[in-house]
Amino acid sequence: MPIPVRLRVNNTSCEHTVEPRVLLVHYLRDFCGLTGTHVGCETGICGACTVLVDGQPVKSCTMFAVQADGFDVTTIEGIATNGHLHPVQQGFWDCHGLQCGFCTPGMIMASVHLLAQNASPSREQIAEGLRGNLCRCTGYSHIFDAVNQAAGQSARITGVARG
Amino acid sequence: MRGSISNRRLFEPRSLRDALRMLRDEGPLVPMAGCTDLYVSLNFGTLKDTRFLNLWRLDALRKIETRGAGVSIGALATHTNIMRSALVGKRLPMLAAACREIGGVQIQNRGTLGGNVANASPAGDTLPVLAAADAVVVLASAGGIRRVPFTAFYTGYRRSVMRPDELIVAFDIPAVHGRQWFRKVGTRAAQAISKVVMAACDDDRPRIAVGSVGPTVVRLPRTEAALASGASIADARRTLVDEITPIDDLRSTAEYRRRVAANLLARCLTEFGMS
Repeated sequence: MPIPVRLRVNNTSCEHTVEPRVLLVHYLRDFCGLTGTHVGCETGICGACTVLVDGQPVKSCTMFAVQADGFDVTTIEGIATNGHLHPVQQGFWDCHGLQCGFCTPGMIMASVHLLAQNASPSREQIAEGLRGNLCRCTGYSHIFDAVNQAAGQSARITGVARG
Repeated sequence: MRGSISNRRLFEPRSLRDALRMLRDEGPLVPMAGCTDLYVSLNFGTLKDTRFLNLWRLDALRKIETRGAGVSIGALATHTNIMRSALVGKRLPMLAAACREIGGVQIQNRGTLGGNVANASPAGDTLPVLAAADAVVVLASAGGIRRVPFTAFYTGYRRSVMRPDELIVAFDIPAVHGRQWFRKVGTRAAQAISKVVMAACDDDRPRIAVGSVGPTVVRLPRTEAALASGASIADARRTLVDEITPIDDLRSTAEYRRRVAANLLARCLTEFGMS
């Protein structure tokens, strides 16, 4: 039985009628056309589908779209401002924080939240904050460099994520 | 996604009363909250149910508060809520330690204590803590409330005394006066399912619980009794090895689990200052 949902995605109101079986990640990709959020393992492990729900990172493959009714969702498409990359995105660009890019949207969303909570994390704290995200290319080292670079510019990080 | 081809029906209660009435009148329904386990079962095709009760919005079940000298934790408290609770940090640090070892940040934000218990996996990381702490499970139905000692909650592999018309609403955890200890052993530090998980406290006598070494989480009454009557660590290790019933499965072997459980016990008792 389809259910109406109304939520904000990247500061835009979205209203659809969806079957309760539709996952948030499929809702974002198929109903909102936001394909930046990737579907990886679909079992809550890999973190590629990480988005922020009311500022908190969640795996959008373990959440039904109807459970997001009334919430604010931020995806990878929602963090750049006026064509300028978010400092975390710039960090991944500058520090080669990706190879194949599959894990990148989830890594970036988890990092955005990490820096909102802790503006100057140690390398260990970065590793801890990204423990819910898997990368099979980089060995993580360049990802940690990317987050570290972004942390150096934390003054520029806008209030997308809340601690 | 296997779940996508069948019909699902969702019930959205506005209050606990509403939820309990739906369970009574519309049941059977599968309660859902953070869905960190539930959706995985759906995707693997192991969950055939199609009617769900969404509890996530019932904020009244998310409270963490003092209860006498102990603490009461609402079933919907997330692992993040528990890790960040100053009250839990002070009164039940072994539970905060267990929540910290679960999944990653995203799973900790969605997974709930009630869900971890209701999912009833013998590898659930918070379960040994609740067992060692002598927690009480508060179950509610339209007919009223009943309180079940956590150690009597599970009746077998993924089975419990909870009826289909009941919900877990809270856990009442009495004061733990002695030291507390928690350790999880898995394939890797983050996001691994436990091969062995142990919690212990040494209140007036040692209380020890282990997960992933039997069909349910278990307390170790024989090992505890031996320690209470002055057994050495070496004796306690031998008793534990006889007392647990691990199996070989995809995560580990029975032999490895026996050895590691005995090592964890020795580590714990050493840290408690025993010899």
